[in-house]
Amino acid sequence: MEIYGVFQVIWWLLLGVLLSGLAVMVGMDMGVGTILRYVGRTDLERRVALNIIGPHWEGNQVWFVLGGGAVFAAFPLIYATAFSGFYVVMLLLLWSMILRPLGFEYRSKLPSAAWRSTWDWALFVSGLVPMVVFGAAFGNLFEGVPFHFSWNITSTYTGSFLALLNPFAILCGLLSASLSVFMGSVTVMNGAEGAIYERGRTLARASSVLAMVLFAVGGFWVRGMQGYVLSSGPGAGVPQTPLQQVVTLTDGAWFANFHAHGALWLLPLLAFAGMLLGLWAAAARRSHLAWWSGALAWIGVIGTAGVALFPFLLPSSSVPSQSLTVWNSSSSQLTLTWMVGFAVVFVPLILWYTSWAFYVMRGKVKAEHVAADEHSY
Amino acid sequence: MHDITVVDLSRWQFALTALYHFLFVPLTLGLSFMLAAMETVYVTTGKQIYKDIVQFWGKLFLINFALGVATGLTMEFEFGTNWSFYSSFVGDIFGAPLAIEGLMAFFLEATFIGMMAFGWERMRRGQHLAVTYMVAFGSNLSALWILIANSFMQTPQGAHFNPVTMRMELGSLSQLIFSHDAQAKFVHTSIAGYVTGAIFVAGISAWYMLRNRHMELAKRSFRMAVLFGVLSTAGVITLGDALGFVGGQAQPTKLAAMEGLWKSEAAPMPFNLVAFPSQQDQVNHGQLQVPYALSLLVTHSLDGTVPGVDQLEQQAAARIRNGIPAVEALQTLSSKPGDADALAQFHAHEKDLGYGFLVQRYAQDVSKATDAQIGTAARDTIPQVAPIFWSFRAMVAMGLAMLAYFVLAVIFSLRNRIERQRWFLKLAVWMIPVPFLACETGWLVAELGRQPWTVYELLPTWMSASTHSVGYMIFSLVGFVGLYTVFIIAEMYLMVRAIRQGPQPHDDDAGWDGDPVLGNSASGGRLAGQAEG
Ligand code: HDD
Ligand code: HEM
Ligand code: HEM
Repeated sequence: MEIYGVFQVIWWLLLGVLLSGLAVMVGMDMGVGTILRYVGRTDLERRVALNIIGPHWEGNQVWFVLGGGAVFAAFPLIYATAFSGFYVVMLLLLWSMILRPLGFEYRSKLPSAAWRSTWDWALFVSGLVPMVVFGAAFGNLFEGVPFHFSWNITSTYTGSFLALLNPFAILCGLLSASLSVFMGSVTVMNGAEGAIYERGRTLARASSVLAMVLFAVGGFWVRGMQGYVLSSGPGAGVPQTPLQQVVTLTDGAWFANFHAHGALWLLPLLAFAGMLLGLWAAAARRSHLAWWSGALAWIGVIGTAGVALFPFLLPSSSVPSQSLTVWNSSSSQLTLTWMVGFAVVFVPLILWYTSWAFYVMRGKVKAEHVAADEHSY
Repeated sequence: MHDITVVDLSRWQFALTALYHFLFVPLTLGLSFMLAAMETVYVTTGKQIYKDIVQFWGKLFLINFALGVATGLTMEFEFGTNWSFYSSFVGDIFGAPLAIEGLMAFFLEATFIGMMAFGWERMRRGQHLAVTYMVAFGSNLSALWILIANSFMQTPQGAHFNPVTMRMELGSLSQLIFSHDAQAKFVHTSIAGYVTGAIFVAGISAWYMLRNRHMELAKRSFRMAVLFGVLSTAGVITLGDALGFVGGQAQPTKLAAMEGLWKSEAAPMPFNLVAFPSQQDQVNHGQLQVPYALSLLVTHSLDGTVPGVDQLEQQAAARIRNGIPAVEALQTLSSKPGDADALAQFHAHEKDLGYGFLVQRYAQDVSKATDAQIGTAARDTIPQVAPIFWSFRAMVAMGLAMLAYFVLAVIFSLRNRIERQRWFLKLAVWMIPVPFLACETGWLVAELGRQPWTVYELLPTWMSASTHSVGYMIFSLVGFVGLYTVFIIAEMYLMVRAIRQGPQPHDDDAGWDGDPVLGNSASGGRLAGQAEG
């Protein structure tokens, strides 16, 4: 393979890393937002839950920002086509998401109960909606999305907004939301005590079971779907536009990569193992183990989806031959190379100081402390 | 084909959301460094009053920061959602600084801001100080990378069009990063943020002094702010001049609009202090001129000249004609990749490709473009003169006014007379909105002046937008306006409330000069909050 092709694959892998980082880190904060009104019955209880992620949600959210930036830099055509094609859904995602910074920062700044309750609902919406949309976007990739290109690669989306909320996409959205609730619940267990802890534990058990069921159903559903096959085209490592390939649809093609490389079955296995271990660990009150299991489950789920689709990134249902793949939507070799360089230097650095931040703020959040400390949410 | 109404609505949406984002950014840029400076004093002297100062301004900082982050998320989305052709056309270059910004700046800033707010009791003083510095560096680094990206749109370099992939591709990252425009822009913009921070702190301190509240905190904050402010304002003005110098050479159409320069003239050129430009007639209806000044200002010499609109339009028409064969060649290459004749034709006309795109707005089939259509497209290359002309003068006037204000403030403050100059304290409060306005007008100059291009001379704005329906655009525009209105009300309310409450009193602070009534009600409010739920 050309060296360019190698960089394309590296960026495909890095995309997986970033999406997993996003799902795990942003997902857990969003999970806490979703379950806030359930785990916290009194205002003080809710504040305890909020202050568990208080020092970290901002840093975690950058996984999301970086995810967007990295797709822009490494797969500009995906960024352009997906963000504009999913316009209304993207706006719903954005609008719910930008409630979060205000929800965290402003909620406890006024004593009024109505004010706080409004922001609690805002945090619920901004936790649940983005995670459902995140999963639903993945679901649509399997079904294909109706878009095509003009001669100069202007993309046009021809579907309606409702088409993006089809049953399979909703299933994927629920899977993603339940994993996020699981991570939120075990995060609450990590940082809280007493009644809040117990409610977190209940939700962690329920959500891991739900996630397992949804993931299994999703697998069977995809078996019956038509998958996309790249039958001819310039291929890996060759500069090209999306107008130069031929793509066909075949039943069960989304399983082709697994049939070709048996080792890939380890990914769905990892997903199930993570959920199962998470269930056990939550039940056994080993919340840190449960958190790491949840993270593995996410990696398994995202890995499974990515591998099934490979080399496709955004299949077109209206003109399948103009589907976007790793090969025809990536940046040039120079950009990919530079960006690998920056990622290699900065991602370890980020992991290092993020761990330090979690280390400094470790331990349980105490209700008395939240009540007394003027810096808490 | 693009619907021009959709393009216009996309421009309105982008302009509104960007201007809104930039209401919060300058304060973050400036206040973060001021917090770091104040905390340095706290750590070196160990005096509680400085800790109170840091914590008080830190609280206001966080209220502002939340909206900066929320509105920044919008910006990150909008290139893809609303400027999708732009994003795929230059994403190879433009995406890189945005991704690097995330890796290098946002993570730093966002990770440590949580530590800054929550970590007072968990870290040693020195560690907390380091964390505050990281937040300041992080926010300023983010400005650096986004402005590198913006400079690529203003004065593109380090990139070329690749007919194989039908888009612009990176040629040299170092050329992209070390563009003169990016450097001048970064320094001018970040220092404009410091000015904003200084006026904000000085204004609120003055408000306390007028009410004889928190005098200790107010006087010390005021003095630090005005010292910081006088230096920053001098810097902004010097660098603004440099930015005009760099930008004027690279973007003659923007310069002509800034100066209301319709006709080319011989050196030494006069400067239009006041003028009423008419886009239609291409003249100024009434003007007040300063002889020689324009040559001096923009070329830094008496015999320098800059082209006027008349000359620029003629050049544009010639370049449009030269660009048309480049577009035709690309159309051939799109269906027949690698076609040798088309490639040769493309390379012969490559440098005016963007101009060819410009006329495609009026002639889908560029080979059939008429002289009239070419004339209209050439006229398009001149941005809207009046708003640019006036925004520029407003920014400069506000800059000079702020300089005068800071010089006076430093004199009063160093003579320890400040609390007796009540008129000046009132003025200081009224100055708070000025730097925000100056920043906004500065961006209007920069971005309106770039029209009709998103990437100067390479990609016209009309092509850059996503192909949405008008209905979608109205939906999103209404959504943003509604949401952002609610946001600003919530923010202003909390900000004003926090300022009225003032700093939290401390038990260990015997000499506290705070307002006991308000101080108590502040903590009483928190206790009341806990009881609810
Ligand atoms: C406190 C804010 C502030 C103040 C007092 C000034 N500026 Fe400014 N200016 C900005 C804040 C700003 C800004 C918001 O930061 C801009 C927008 C884009 C940019 O790079 O900086 C800007 C843009 C901007 C531009 C356009 C750059 C471009 O087109 O890319 C020029 C030529 C100047 N400035 C020049 C000046 C001069 C000669 C000033 C003398 C008083 C001045 N500015 C004061
Ligand atoms: C936050 C500070 C900024 C403000 C206040 C601002 C303001 C504006 C305004 C007023 C417009 C409308 C111009 C018009 O359409 O006539 C605009 C357009 C635009 N700006 Fe900026 N801008 C800012 C920063 C940036 C940066 C940093 C970038 C790129 C990294 C950028 C990219 C764009 C794009 C893509 C458009 C739309 C196309 C266009 O209309 O030119 N802007 N901006
Ligand atoms: C139009 C292009 C822009 C984009 C895409 C953009 C993107 C963003 C994003 C995603 C955030 C949130 C980061 C987080 O989660 O922590 C943010 C915040 C920020 N941005 Fe922008 N931004 C733009 C314009 C600008 C400009 C022109 C500047 C400065 C000159 C700037 C400076 C900042 C700073 C300092 C923050 C920190 C938080 C705050 O604003 O309070 N941005 N921006």
